[in-house]
Amino acid sequence: MHEMGLAMRIVEIALAETEKAKASRLCEVEVEVGEVAGVMREALEFCLPAAARGTLAEQALFTIIAVPGQGHCQACQRQVAISAFPAQCPKCGSFGVAITAGTELRLRSINVE
Amino acid sequence: MCDSCHCGEAAEATIAIPGQPHGHQHQTRKIVVEHELLAQNDHQGEANRQFFAEQKILALNLVSSPGSGKTSILERTLKTLGPEIATSVIEGDQQTMRDAERISAAGAPVVQVNTGAGCHLDAEMIRRALARLPPKPHSLLFIENVGNLVCPALFDLGEHAKVAIISVTEGEDKPQKYPHMFRAASLCLLNKIDLLPHLDFDLELCKTLARQVNPRLTFLELSAKSGEGFAAWLQWLRDTFNASHCH
Repeated sequence: MHEMGLAMRIVEIALAETEKAKASRLCEVEVEVGEVAGVMREALEFCLPAAARGTLAEQALFTIIAVPGQGHCQACQRQVAISAFPAQCPKCGSFGVAITAGTELRLRSINVE
Repeated sequence: MCDSCHCGEAAEATIAIPGQPHGHQHQTRKIVVEHELLAQNDHQGEANRQFFAEQKILALNLVSSPGSGKTSILERTLKTLGPEIATSVIEGDQQTMRDAERISAAGAPVVQVNTGAGCHLDAEMIRRALARLPPKPHSLLFIENVGNLVCPALFDLGEHAKVAIISVTEGEDKPQKYPHMFRAASLCLLNKIDLLPHLDFDLELCKTLARQVNPRLTFLELSAKSGEGFAAWLQWLRDTFNASHCH
């Protein structure tokens, strides 16, 4: 259950950025989570309010932006969509697909007042 | 208090127009952060990697489900390889000193990391464990991760390679059920092969399913109980140790 650790890290970074901006309120936190990043969106959504409790982030809205998985098939040289592992090329069936997007775990931005 | 934004405005009926959903506006500022959530761990992992390179230490991260035989493999490995190559161990478990006691009895310097509520080792825990050990220059370091095929895949410890272990009492489809871990591993050990006559486990099917997740994965079959297949594993360790210029 590494989502709790990630949620705590998200709150920690968001609070530090709010303080750096000398803002009094943290309204929204946008987080990018890749579809094949190994993180369960529902678990992260469950953990974020718990991690924010008792902090300036308690009232903030947490928005999770899913980043679709993408890969490059090394057999047929096509760009293909990947939603799960094993990453199989939907065109030629090869499993030799290098992941090019979808592993993101990034705090994109915050909205403050 | 305004229910929509908790801004402190009196709780009374609100009249809104599109674009100004709760009747008044706030001066919000958007701050682009672009902060990688695992950056802190990755930086410490990189610092550990640099330490290993400077000290000529080959660090291997052993990952598997609980009960696959990580500690038993280490015990037998230490008994044979110990006299040849200086070896130390970092043991990761949620609780107890049991594994560290077993490794210590097998003759290697060891520190136990108890993660408590945590489900994986992270790079900072390794930094602290290294300071406590500390491993000798020109040595081999095994990091036995917490038995968990999910979370340890995401946390770089600075190791040279991850070695994933599956025992043949598990399902052949484990690599497909826990793909992140098998994608991150370089070598897969198939343990407990002394039990194969009593089981329906299909070694070739397991390898095929694992290669679909990670085409570069290599395999060694062994038994920590009987010692079968250990010669190839020990040779892999010697070759990797020498190829990493740790000798």
